[in-house]
Amino acid sequence: MVNTKVNLSGMEMDNPIVPASGTFGYGYEFADLYDINILGSFSFKGTTLEPRFGNPTPRIAETPMGMINAVGLQNPGVDKVISEELPKLRKVFRKKVIANISGFCVEEYVECCKKIDKEEQVGIIEINISCPNVHGGGMALGTSPEMAAEITRAVKAVTSKPVYIKLTPNVTSIVPIAKACEEAGADGISLCNTFLGMRIDLKTRKPIIANKMGGFSGPAIFPQALRLVYQVYEAVSIPIMGIGGVATAEDVIEMMLAGATAVQVGAQNLVDPYVCRDIIEDLPRVMEKYGITNLSDIIGGAHNG
Amino acid sequence: MKQSVFRIITNEKIAKDVFKMTLKGDCSDITKSGQFVNIKLEGFYLRRPISVCEVEGDILTLIYKVVGKGTEAMSKMCACEELDILTGLGNGYSLEESGERPLLIGGGVGVPPMYELAKRLKKEGRSVSVILGFNKAEEIFYEDEFKALGCDTFVATVDGSVGAKGFVTDVMKNLDDYTYVYTCGPEPMLKAVWGEAKTSGQFSFEERMGCGFGACMGCSCKTKYGNKRICREGPVLVKEEIIW
Repeated sequence: MVNTKVNLSGMEMDNPIVPASGTFGYGYEFADLYDINILGSFSFKGTTLEPRFGNPTPRIAETPMGMINAVGLQNPGVDKVISEELPKLRKVFRKKVIANISGFCVEEYVECCKKIDKEEQVGIIEINISCPNVHGGGMALGTSPEMAAEITRAVKAVTSKPVYIKLTPNVTSIVPIAKACEEAGADGISLCNTFLGMRIDLKTRKPIIANKMGGFSGPAIFPQALRLVYQVYEAVSIPIMGIGGVATAEDVIEMMLAGATAVQVGAQNLVDPYVCRDIIEDLPRVMEKYGITNLSDIIGGAHNG
Repeated sequence: MKQSVFRIITNEKIAKDVFKMTLKGDCSDITKSGQFVNIKLEGFYLRRPISVCEVEGDILTLIYKVVGKGTEAMSKMCACEELDILTGLGNGYSLEESGERPLLIGGGVGVPPMYELAKRLKKEGRSVSVILGFNKAEEIFYEDEFKALGCDTFVATVDGSVGAKGFVTDVMKNLDDYTYVYTCGPEPMLKAVWGEAKTSGQFSFEERMGCGFGACMGCSCKTKYGNKRICREGPVLVKEEIIW
């Protein structure tokens, strides 16, 4: 009998599987497909202080083994998320959820977190300072250690919930940014958001995506995300949620060996709506195959020796 | 929505770049005409959304145009090969508003969903007229199938090689006793039909999709009734809510 349980900053999880923000809505679409209570937790759609429609369409382009999106943080705004989405979610998900919060300035993150802090079902707040699809905010806030630290400190001051900072991979060096977050009081790091990418339509000779560029995700980026998790694990002592191209139970184990305590599954939910269920069902078999009894024992295992 | 495996029965070319595929599988989640399916293809990351042309028991008929590498790969598939398909996607057409004499207008690969719709409206005893729009003669398909259903069928070609010369709206102009409009086709056609329609109607839209079932917000659009996802609250929008 294998044990898939992990503990993420005090949040007891049956397994490390967490659908990533933006690929799982507010949960209830997937609740029609399977009992989402089997998940470790999930990170809900990036939420901002004000409602946002997001970017013009087309917002999606395909790549080999991946996709590019430029949705641009479409969401109903934090007040509606609290009054409408979370009550709907409560009916189908009895575990703690991860609240993904986005913004355009420090004050906006702070206001949003103050509101979310009162929500009992939120177990962890994930601060997205890495959205590549919005101007004057998002990723621009996550590319300097000073800015990342400032947001971390400001948010930590208004919530008692664990705060994870979701970082962008679109930087020269991730380590100083992750360290700055840790020093500023972050409880964990989510690694990583999408890679900036683009596609051009040969017929029109123009970018496929209306916003020209977008966030590249899917199995194609798995080795890059894995490398970032590995590097950051060596530099910080707070837990990491590994994100990027995860599609199988083997990928989950690989991410954990690199240093992840929990593992998010993103783009794959969009092409295989049952992928998280399938990974969770497959995990014990793969653990047995590789001689793993307690999944939490392997976190960072690739760093030993 | 249901994810299941379908087996290809036939896959044949029926017009220039246009293929008809029939498949056997669980069609129980396809409840309305105007819905679509999302097909996983070996070697491609995103699924391919294709509108349902006909569903009869466990036989699904799709008509698709080769527009890129994914649909090209589909066109080369053989009988007995299997496909992983999400079925029952999208809101589909609602039949209740049709009145006695609905007018159906399909342009290019917007024609296929009109077939299942026409079938269902005929079953309800409606008197159905259909306008099929194509660019030229070699692109025409399904004219005879609509006639066989007993629909009053008109064809318009841009080059005038078959039927009326011009656009579907050139035929539409001369019809005035229809009670409702159902349409699917390229956006410029939908806009022209919207301008020409003397009644209310339902318009089916196309957009680049990520998931096809409402999770990614990749295909959102603004309507007078609020933001909608083409894949979930669409692809069918009512005439009154559309913002051009």
